[in-house]
Amino acid sequence: MKSILGRIRFLPVCLALGLAFLYIPILSLIIYSFNESKLVTVWSGFSTKWYGELFRNQQIIDAALLSLRIAVMSACAAVVLGTIAGFVLARMRRFRGRTLLAGMSMAPLVMPEIITGLSLLLFFIALEKMTGWPNGRGITTVTIAHITFSMAYVAVIVQSRLADMDPSLEEAAMDLGARPLKVFFAITLPIVAPALISGWLLAFTLSIDDLVIASFVSGPGASTLPMVIFSKVRLGVSPDINALATIIIGIVALGVLLAALAFKRQERLQGRDARLANLPED
Amino acid sequence: MADSTTGRPPAASNEPGQAREPWNDPEAVPYIQLENLSKRFGNFTAVDNISLDIYKSELFCLLGGSGCGKSTLLRMLAGFEAASEGRILLDGVDMADIPPYERPVNMMFQSYALFPHMTVQGNIAFGLKQEGMPRPEIDRRVSDMLELVKLGDYAKRKPHQLSGGQRQRVALARALVKRPKLLLLDEPLGALDKKLRENTQFELMTLQEELDITFVVVTHDQEEAMTLSSRIGVMDQGRIVQVGSPNEIYEHPSSRLVANFIGSVNLFEGNVVEDEADHVRIQSAEAGCMLYIDHGVNQIVEGSRVSVAVRPEKIKISRDSPEQEDNVTRGVIEEVAYMGSLSIYRIRLSSGVMVQATQPNLDRDTRQFTWEDEVYLSWNPYSALVLTT
Repeated sequence: MKSILGRIRFLPVCLALGLAFLYIPILSLIIYSFNESKLVTVWSGFSTKWYGELFRNQQIIDAALLSLRIAVMSACAAVVLGTIAGFVLARMRRFRGRTLLAGMSMAPLVMPEIITGLSLLLFFIALEKMTGWPNGRGITTVTIAHITFSMAYVAVIVQSRLADMDPSLEEAAMDLGARPLKVFFAITLPIVAPALISGWLLAFTLSIDDLVIASFVSGPGASTLPMVIFSKVRLGVSPDINALATIIIGIVALGVLLAALAFKRQERLQGRDARLANLPED
Repeated sequence: MADSTTGRPPAASNEPGQAREPWNDPEAVPYIQLENLSKRFGNFTAVDNISLDIYKSELFCLLGGSGCGKSTLLRMLAGFEAASEGRILLDGVDMADIPPYERPVNMMFQSYALFPHMTVQGNIAFGLKQEGMPRPEIDRRVSDMLELVKLGDYAKRKPHQLSGGQRQRVALARALVKRPKLLLLDEPLGALDKKLRENTQFELMTLQEELDITFVVVTHDQEEAMTLSSRIGVMDQGRIVQVGSPNEIYEHPSSRLVANFIGSVNLFEGNVVEDEADHVRIQSAEAGCMLYIDHGVNQIVEGSRVSVAVRPEKIKISRDSPEQEDNVTRGVIEEVAYMGSLSIYRIRLSSGVMVQATQPNLDRDTRQFTWEDEVYLSWNPYSALVLTT
């Protein structure tokens, strides 16, 4: 009896501690973003002035816009290239060098970012020496670097989605008179579309989040948001960074909330479909 | 086809038997011809030198266990697999270089392969759109088809909003709407439950007669093959071992394999002691009696070992000794299975061999025989069949 009671109390305590461990830092960050004082650790009253300060800080605004641009471009390119790689890996069963291609396209998933960043940097320098392109490092090199590592994630997602797909769907389309290219665009792509969307979102997130690789391959005048934040923090945390972090948390929370709502809706629709399918036939 | 120059009476082709059995008409032109067709995957031969003629408006079943090559053969007809050797002629045209999307052949897949992102209507219209058919014509053909498969109210539904039976009908409608010369069906009823399957079988047969399209069905279900088909091709290890009408296959199987595969059968081994033009006598220790069969087996040397096949429903069970000398044996009932319309008995003969016999339950509440009963088993001379292979 006692041990059961003990366990009942033990579990909620664990839960509370775990949640506290995860969310107290975030919560304190949010609270201090409304702190009036310039000192991050001393509370002196409620204020939203750091948000105003943030929007007047051209350096941060520029970095955020640059990060967004790079993330959108690299996510789009990674989806195209990753889909092609995933398609080849899922559909073409046997060809020379298949294992090599599979291994190489998955390597960026496990490669330490430091190595990826360093090797890309050396590659860009060598390439510039030989061909004169890329002329210096900046937004182009960061985008290319992000494409190279995020397309591996897209390839994995697309490949597993294609592997789950009933191969007779494509055969059925061909049987009904669709040529192979038409089959790909009319059947295969729409069916793997959810994988493309989640691949795009993942590539976008990876790009926005990346600090290490961008630090290696970026050049003057092309600092991404994580690079700017990191360099500012090294000089001492200023309250406007707290404000920026709060805004990012807000966006992420909103995204998670929307995803949860969409998931709920999907579940409700599925329930309705199941009822429809089980209705007795007349 | 018959005309005055051949000397055949013009009425010949109008005889009901002739018209419905083109394979017995030497002048009928086959619609689909398989000539020495083989398919190898590496060292494995999936289809082994098959030659087969299928006639227009037939419902031909390829029947066999898993891995017998029936699905490969179907995929070769659809164009998904290229022949290693031999060729396929459809309506006189060699199909070798014609890709699946240009063949006048459509297929209904085992998984139905309905496009999940399209409505029922979209699924059925897909094939017609590929032909570049004008929109109003497509709409008309699709709604005709929906009417035909009784899914008029479901046009706007997505496949996952349909029941199994409805999905099956959509798949059928989608394959039929292009009016193919040949429709291939891969285990068309495999995913349906038993009750639904029986209804659908008859629907499928009616539809086939109405539309007059040649069907080739692949199935492992012998009952399905028996009900549906005009002819059955029994396949084993990449070969066709026997082709014939359901009745021929059941009553005159050409080998032990076919006899065993279609329905159940009791096989007795024995030695031929007398082989005349009109009868054979076979001494069988397994059966425990002399077997007398009223057809001769001319190519057999006396004394050679053969099998005698007797179907369970052709065996009579009786308590008293029947008045015949041959084809009578004794045993003890070991198992009884009451199936409603009939009962299945398993009887152990004195030789130790188990024999299966079925008796129709003609009256209510007639449990004539039960466990441990000693009974006589007997059958007519024309009910058994000698199998040499």
